[in-house]
Amino acid sequence: MSVRRLAKEQPESFAFNKKSEAEIKFWLAKYPEAKKASAVIPMLWIAQKQEGWVSEPAIREIANRLEMPYIRVYEVATFYTMFNLEPVGTHLIQVCGTTPCMLRGSDELIDVCKKRIGKPHEISADGKFTWVEVECMGACANAPMIQLANPDGDHYIEDLDGAKLEALMDDLAAGKTVKYGPQSDRNASEPHGTKVLTDPSLYDGSRAKKIKLPNTAKPETSKAEG
Amino acid sequence: MATQLLQDKDRIFTNLFGHHDAGLDGAKQRGCWNGTKEILEQGRDWIIDQMKASGLRGRGGAGFPTGLKWSFMPKEVGARPHYLVVNADESEPGTCKDREIMRHDPHLLIEGCLIASFSMQAHACYIYLRGEYVTERLAMEKAVKEAYEAKLIGDDNIHGWPFHVYIHHGAGAYICGEETALLESLEGKKGQPRLKPPFPANAGLYGCPTTVNNVESIAVAGTILRRGADWFASFGRERNVGTKIFSISGHVNNPCNVEEAMSIPMKTLIETHAGGVRGGWDNLKAVIPGGSSVSLLPKDICDDVLMDFDALSAHKSGLGTAAVIVMDKSTDVVKAIARISYFYRHESCGQCTPCREGTGWMWRVLTRMAAGESTIEEIDMLLDVAGQVEGHTICALGDAAAWPVQGLIRHFRSEIEDRINNYRAGKPVFVSQVAAE
Repeated sequence: MSVRRLAKEQPESFAFNKKSEAEIKFWLAKYPEAKKASAVIPMLWIAQKQEGWVSEPAIREIANRLEMPYIRVYEVATFYTMFNLEPVGTHLIQVCGTTPCMLRGSDELIDVCKKRIGKPHEISADGKFTWVEVECMGACANAPMIQLANPDGDHYIEDLDGAKLEALMDDLAAGKTVKYGPQSDRNASEPHGTKVLTDPSLYDGSRAKKIKLPNTAKPETSKAEG
Repeated sequence: MATQLLQDKDRIFTNLFGHHDAGLDGAKQRGCWNGTKEILEQGRDWIIDQMKASGLRGRGGAGFPTGLKWSFMPKEVGARPHYLVVNADESEPGTCKDREIMRHDPHLLIEGCLIASFSMQAHACYIYLRGEYVTERLAMEKAVKEAYEAKLIGDDNIHGWPFHVYIHHGAGAYICGEETALLESLEGKKGQPRLKPPFPANAGLYGCPTTVNNVESIAVAGTILRRGADWFASFGRERNVGTKIFSISGHVNNPCNVEEAMSIPMKTLIETHAGGVRGGWDNLKAVIPGGSSVSLLPKDICDDVLMDFDALSAHKSGLGTAAVIVMDKSTDVVKAIARISYFYRHESCGQCTPCREGTGWMWRVLTRMAAGESTIEEIDMLLDVAGQVEGHTICALGDAAAWPVQGLIRHFRSEIEDRINNYRAGKPVFVSQVAAE
């Protein structure tokens, strides 16, 4: 298991801004009133999106809102590895290093990060970058890949290699917009030059015509109830 | 033997690659939400019987029959409401199929949620996505909004079954793919698995009767019922029927996701859809056929093994999530498995001692073995420790950590021994073999 602790230096206070408050309202509406602790992960995430990381005052604020003991929110914040417990650079580069990505060259990406940024979890000298190695992010058919978290959101950047990552970091450092998703000619995870899903009858609307359900000869046992 | 490949007309996920509109109009054009009301009108028992007859086995890894699972829910709703929870915490290394369903065919999932919930008398469904899937979460939120606006779901919908879908997310914990850890996490706690019994069908989310299903298991339900259980059961071998999304990664020319018939030979799958092994089939070293938790298979087994539950378990491996991780002869297979051990060490929730301590121990020993810096005796010691982790923990993460290690020793013990001997003789411990062509 991963052992994670709060940062030594903490801010004095934390308050959700207006945008965050609207999101909190959206999330709290999803759970029964008596079970609002369910919103703890979404709320920690909202706090992280607002500040870039999760501070101790934010944990206390969320605990108060959800009527949870502080320690329970602290447990959640330290258990789930996507919560940054320390400040990070503007662009957080999360390199997947698990075996499927490793087989396709994630070590090369890690070397680029080490060379350009330095040690994992540390903020680069210009304040723009932080990098970490993370575990499988579920894009294995597009390996190797990173997830880029910055004020523009959270985006997968896939089908990478060392040179492409360097070019990407150049663009990010220069404030340019970058292309998300596969950095190859693929749209998603389809095979190159696919012969699959090319039958036009799948897409011409013939599937939307009224159908007769098969296997309904048996007498109906129970009707739909309202 | 010529294998009959799955034809486009029999594919369920017709927008798997995202080349078409993922929105409601596009989904309807492709046949989603067609006849859903008629399906519900057939009644709960018909739906569950058809799902049982289809032979669908859960697509999340364990392969438990989906229709049977649905039938475990209490027949009458008591004081506690029923819930459906969809496990979209796809985190098994190698697996990347649910992601494509959620971002490209989200309406198939929502339709399946309605059908499954109706059959289990649930009025609410939570879909738990892994935290990293932010794009997919937003795609799901968009699709859910569309479904509400079109009155396909909601309190007063055209299907006559009041029903709500809520999207929830995690924040980076593999263990939350375990169903009871997922429920703990959804309740706002650390994702630590619960002891079973009680099973979720009796006491699940908020202590209420709950069924947890994988995304793919739910998303295929609508099409199975529209086209017939016998249609679905016509693919693959007995007990292993249906179509399935295979995720092919690693050393192939074209890594991809593709929907194919179950029981397709592994070699056909890799050569037809993934462009073959890098450097040709003879350059193959090993394949992990079902996500990182299952044992790897050396080439001689891969030559003719079928991709289904029974064929792979006969070789002490498993279909798991059908995530095929291919390794060619350049692979340092000990290092590759050591990296998987690191993964389990990182993801162990820390609740049970054999797993918390054992995963780290196995990783440290394997790391030394990869460098040749261990003793021959330690191979058997490692096997012994792996056996002590396996089956001695609350959830299956301990097993999942042990199986790849056991598979490595079963099939590549001589390679580990060579390494130890080379290291002692001062020779390079591992020389990567490059393809002959």
